[in-house]
Amino acid sequence: MILPSLQNLILGDAQADRVVPPSGFTAHLTLFVSGAMAFLTVFALALSIASGRLADRWADELAGAATLRINAPADQKVAQTEAALAILQQTPGVARARALSREEQVGLLTPWFGADLPIDTLPVPQLIEVFSADPPYDATGLRLRLQAEVPGAVLDDHTRWREPLVEAARALRLLALISIVLLGGAMAAMITLAANAALAANAQVIEVLRLVGAQDSYIANAFIRRFTLRALSGAAAGVAVGMLGVWLLPEASEEGGFLTGLGLTGWRWLWPLVIPPLGALVAFIATSRAANKRLGDLT
Amino acid sequence: MIELDNVAYNYGGGELLNNVSVQLSPGAFYFLTGPSGAGKTTLLKMCYGALAPTAGQVRAFNMDVRGLDRDQMAMLRRRVGVVHQDCRFLDHLSLLENIALPLTVSGRDLAQEEDNLRELLNWVGLAERAHALPPELSGGERQRAALARAVILSPDVIIADEPTGNVDWEMSQRLLRLLVELNNMGKTIMVATHDLPLIRAAKNQVQARVLRISNRQLQLAGVDL
Repeated sequence: MILPSLQNLILGDAQADRVVPPSGFTAHLTLFVSGAMAFLTVFALALSIASGRLADRWADELAGAATLRINAPADQKVAQTEAALAILQQTPGVARARALSREEQVGLLTPWFGADLPIDTLPVPQLIEVFSADPPYDATGLRLRLQAEVPGAVLDDHTRWREPLVEAARALRLLALISIVLLGGAMAAMITLAANAALAANAQVIEVLRLVGAQDSYIANAFIRRFTLRALSGAAAGVAVGMLGVWLLPEASEEGGFLTGLGLTGWRWLWPLVIPPLGALVAFIATSRAANKRLGDLT
Repeated sequence: MIELDNVAYNYGGGELLNNVSVQLSPGAFYFLTGPSGAGKTTLLKMCYGALAPTAGQVRAFNMDVRGLDRDQMAMLRRRVGVVHQDCRFLDHLSLLENIALPLTVSGRDLAQEEDNLRELLNWVGLAERAHALPPELSGGERQRAALARAVILSPDVIIADEPTGNVDWEMSQRLLRLLVELNNMGKTIMVATHDLPLIRAAKNQVQARVLRISNRQLQLAGVDL
């Protein structure tokens, strides 16, 4: 039933369009509401995509990487590092382990201490990156073994601080998705109200159309088409402005951390383009329901 | 065509019509008369399905009107041309578009019906007013436009409720002539009116039957009006 009526809707009927008098007020309201909702939806969508991306990235790294820190007096550092690497290579579930080079460690400290840091004079611990395999290694077992053989080694598998972040990112994504659903619902509610107002304002017109033999579907389509097209054009404008807004956000970068990662990247720019047709669909369903209900009440 | 069988109608404050039976035969010309408030409009509305009788049965084209769904009712309205008391136009459309409205809503191609439309406008004498809006028309023009709209789909039955209510004698004669012409073309005509001179005038032009509502009943009126 929906497909042929959608087809009618798109092809339209210039004569049918004229039978309902143009109504400036509800037309502007519908345009504004769908535009505003689409604009907000773009941001909710960008937020949900970005937080989803963050959650996935953090979860991956959480599962995949750990850091082994070796705090040892300068003369033992090299020996302990080698011992730790040897243990790691023997441990099942460790895919790869690599000691960070001096330059890399300087790089990590630069943001805090500047580029001219005399690193050799400081008791900086040696860092070893540990990448886990699938299935992963047993962190508790590894810790116990390291404790026995490399007293200065501390294994940090990032769980403690990454897990709450991943959870926060996931909660953020859920909130964004709920917002999108609520925006759609609010738009449906407002278009239902606008459609009801238009149907009530045109009660005389509807009565005349019934008297000259118009079927309900004909009358309903005249209203549905109007509201669907308004919602479509309003949402298209809202999405265009919203996408411009997202595009103007600073790009995701290493320096900016996760807050700048809120924009859209690559093919994800296609996502907002789904909003106008969805908005039109919401308007179509809302107006259909309102029109069919109201026409059913008439004689 | 249209058959009322023991029909009663009750608005809630007592019966308006009771035990009304009438059969509209094809090609006949009827007048429906009676005092104001006697139920002329109610009876007509039951004939074209705008009101359902509270008792009895209304049959139109061999279908029980009560059993029709909304779409079938729309189809019935296309087979019965109705001239309403207050005409009922869409004020934002031109006269021409209003007359063509039954064509529009039944999905006909207006371009193909252009000759028909022009002919019809000439017939009711409104060719020059084709692009006027309904509020700009006089009472007589509105009635003629309503008649044109009622016949555009070439219905078998034409029902007119007080078509001469708001027009002068000359205009009512003109409307009557149009209705008689339609009757001569084989249409069944039912005109509700309390204008007795009009009925007398009609008797010279057409074999009209006069139905009178009195005391909630429908009677075939005598010749002695």
